Amino acid sequence: MSKHSTSKVPYPRADVDPPSGSLFPHKHLLGIWNLDPTAIKFLLDTADKYADQNRQAKKSTPTCAGLTQINLFFENSTRTLMSFEIAGKRLGMDTISMATGSSSIKKGETLLDTAATLNAMHPDVLVMRHADSGAVKLLAEKMDCAVINAGDGRAEHPTQALLDALTIRRRKGRIHGQTIVISGDIAHSRVARSNIYLLNAMGARVRLVAPPTLLPKDVDRLGVEVFHRMDEGLEGADVVMMLRLQQERMKGAFLPSLREYYRFWGLTREKLATAKDDVLVMHPGPMNRGVEIASDVADDIDRSGIEEQVEMGVAVRMACLDILTRGLRGEAST
Amino acid sequence: MSGHNSKLFINARIIDPAVDYDQIGSLLVTGSQIAAYGETLEAPKDAEIIDCGGRILCPGFIDMRAHAVDPIAAPAGGITTVILQPDQNTMIETDAVVERIRRRAEDGASNRVYPMGTATQGMKGAQIAEIGQMQQSGAVGFTDCTKAVASAQVMRRLLEYAGYFDALIVQYPEEASLADSGVAHEGETATRLGLAGIPAAAEAIQIERDARLAQLTNSRIHFSMISSAEGVDAVRSAKKHGIKVTCSTAPHYLILNDNALEGYRTFAKVMPPLREETDRLALITGIADGTIDTLVSDHDPKSEDVKRLPFAQAAHGIIGFETLLPLALAPVHAGKFDLITMLRALTSAPAHLLGLNTGSLAAGAPADIVIFDLEKPWRISVEKLLSSAKNTPFDSLPVQGQVWRTLVDGNVLFEGGS
Repeated sequence: MSKHSTSKVPYPRADVDPPSGSLFPHKHLLGIWNLDPTAIKFLLDTADKYADQNRQAKKSTPTCAGLTQINLFFENSTRTLMSFEIAGKRLGMDTISMATGSSSIKKGETLLDTAATLNAMHPDVLVMRHADSGAVKLLAEKMDCAVINAGDGRAEHPTQALLDALTIRRRKGRIHGQTIVISGDIAHSRVARSNIYLLNAMGARVRLVAPPTLLPKDVDRLGVEVFHRMDEGLEGADVVMMLRLQQERMKGAFLPSLREYYRFWGLTREKLATAKDDVLVMHPGPMNRGVEIASDVADDIDRSGIEEQVEMGVAVRMACLDILTRGLRGEAST
Repeated sequence: MSGHNSKLFINARIIDPAVDYDQIGSLLVTGSQIAAYGETLEAPKDAEIIDCGGRILCPGFIDMRAHAVDPIAAPAGGITTVILQPDQNTMIETDAVVERIRRRAEDGASNRVYPMGTATQGMKGAQIAEIGQMQQSGAVGFTDCTKAVASAQVMRRLLEYAGYFDALIVQYPEEASLADSGVAHEGETATRLGLAGIPAAAEAIQIERDARLAQLTNSRIHFSMISSAEGVDAVRSAKKHGIKVTCSTAPHYLILNDNALEGYRTFAKVMPPLREETDRLALITGIADGTIDTLVSDHDPKSEDVKRLPFAQAAHGIIGFETLLPLALAPVHAGKFDLITMLRALTSAPAHLLGLNTGSLAAGAPADIVIFDLEKPWRISVEKLLSSAKNTPFDSLPVQGQVWRTLVDGNVLFEGGS
C-alpha cells in the first residue's frame, strides 16, 4: 500500500495563461495524458455553456452546420454512442454512426485500411471506440480530420473524464484540493486512467480503493494514494467515483464472487459514513446495483451525481466537437 | 600450398576469445581453413595480402537464435553461422525438414545455417519430438521457440531423453499461465498505456523449475532470451549450485527498456517484453560476470502489415542481424564489460554449447572470420539495412563499430565501406 504524499502546487495551474496563446493546441482528442490544465479548463468552461444551453427548450445551434461527424464504434456501446450523436446533432452536424456488426473490420480489413476508406469520405470529425489500447491513436495517424477517442482498450476515455470533472466542478465549485476516491476495477478501466490524469492535472488529491487483484502494477507511480479497505480510502472524501465491475472478472480468478465483492468493496451507506457528509457519489454507468453500488446510495438525490454525469456527457461532447472544428470554421481556440 | 588460395591478413588486432588471445598481428588463411596467427608470420610469396588497418579480426559470429535465414543481412552483420529456429512456415519437427534446410544451406556460397528442431511435437508441449533423428540430420538444438514446455513431467522426460543424445534443450523461460495474454512488461509503462502485462516473475519461476529438473535428471539446459533481473538471479543461483544451466540474451534488452513502448510503438514489441531500467542494468552485469553465456540477435523480419496494428494485435519481433555488433558494442564502449567477454558470447561460447567446430581461430578451424572497426561511428538507417524487412526500433540511432569484412570458409561474403 502506497502512502506517499501527493504534494500539489499551491495554486490551480489551470489559471495560468498558456505561453502559446492557444488554449487548445491539439488536432485530436486522444487522451487526457497529454493535456495541460489550461486545455482541460478551456474544455470544461466551453462545456459549461453548452450544459446551460441544453437545459433550454431550443437546444440546437447551427454552430457546426455542414460538417460531417462519423461515429465509429468497434465495441458495443449505447450510452456513449448516443451521447456523441446527440451532441453532434445539437451543433447541426451531419452525424453517421457505425457499429462493429455493420463494418468490414469483420471481413478482415485492417484498421489502417478502414482509416483510409473513411478518410476518403472527408469527414470533419471521427469519433472512435476500440477494444485495443492505442488503436485510436494509430488510426488518427492516418486521418486528416480531427479524431476523438471514445474509449480505447484499458487506456483512455477522455470525454468520460471531462464529464466527470464538469460534474464535480458544478457540484463542488472546484476540482483543485478535493479528495476524490476512485474505486473498483482500476486494472481494466480506461475511465480510471483518464480520471487519474485529469484530476491530478487539476490539482485534486486522488485515491484508489480496490482489491489487490484489480489494481495494476505500479499504479502508485501515477501520483495517487492506494488503499485496499473502503473505510480507510473513503475517510474525509469529497467525491467517490465507482467503476463498473465486469462480470467476467470472476472467471479470470480476480475475485471469488460478486457477493463477496459487494461485501467488501460495494458502496453502501455504512461504508460511506467515513466520507464527508456532502460526499458526491458518481458512476460512469451502466451500474450493477448490488454489486459495486447499493441502490439507496445510487438513488440518493442529495449525494448522487450519476444522472448529472449523463447530462454533462452531452455538453462535454458538444464542447469537444466545437473546439476541434474551430480551425476548420475559421475560429481561433481562445 | 600456395597461390591465391592463401590470404594473409596483416596489421589486425587479433582476438580469439576461445584462448583469451588479444594481440596485434597477422592471420593466414589457406584454402578454407585458418593456417596460423601470430605477431609475425611467414606467408607464401603469392599470398593475397590484406591490410586490416588495425581493425579487429575475430571468429565469425554464431547467432544462436534467428527466425529467418536472411542470407544477405547475416554476413553484413558479421554473422557466419545462423541457428535457425523451428518456427518456420514448415515447422522444423522432422529429420526431413532438417535435412532440406541443411542441404539448401550447403548448396550456395553463403553463411552456415544449422536448424534447431522443436523440443515437443508441434510445439504443443505434450509429446517429445524426434530428437535423435533430427540430430543425426544436423539439428544442433531443440526448442519450442517462443513457448515454454509447460508440463513439468514432459520437461523432465525431455531432459532425460535428450541427455542420451547429448542434445541441447533450449527453453524459452516464461511461465505461460502467469504471462497469460500479456503484451508488455508488467510495470508503470504498461499500466499507463493500458496494456496487459507479463510480470518478470514469470521468467524466474520457469527458470527455477527447470533448473530443478536439470538437477534431477543431471542434464544440461539452456534458457533463451533472459530479459529480467529476476531471471539473471535465477540463472546465477542455479550455476552456483553446480547445475548445468546456460542462458542467452539479445542486445536490444541491453539498450532499451519499456519506455520504448511510449506512443504504442509496435517496433519495440518483442518477446519477452522489454523490461525496466533495473532489469536492463542487471542484464549488463550478467554478461560482465559470466552469468549470461551467449548473445543472440533474435532476428525476426516482420512486414509492416503485421506491425502497423493496434499494439495487442501487432506481431512481436525485430530484425537483429545487422544491428547485433554495434548494439552489443555499446556497453563495451561504455566500459560495462570487456570486448573479449562480448566477443566470447558471440563466438566460442555458442560454438561450445552447440558442438560446432567454428567460433575460434585455431589452426585447422574453418576460416569463418569477421573483421570490424571498433570505433567507427555511424547511424543505423532502415533504408540502408539489407534485411528482408525493416522492423527495428533503432532507426537513426547513432552507434559505434562497423563490420568491414565477413568470410566463411575463406570466401569473402561481405565487404563493407573502406
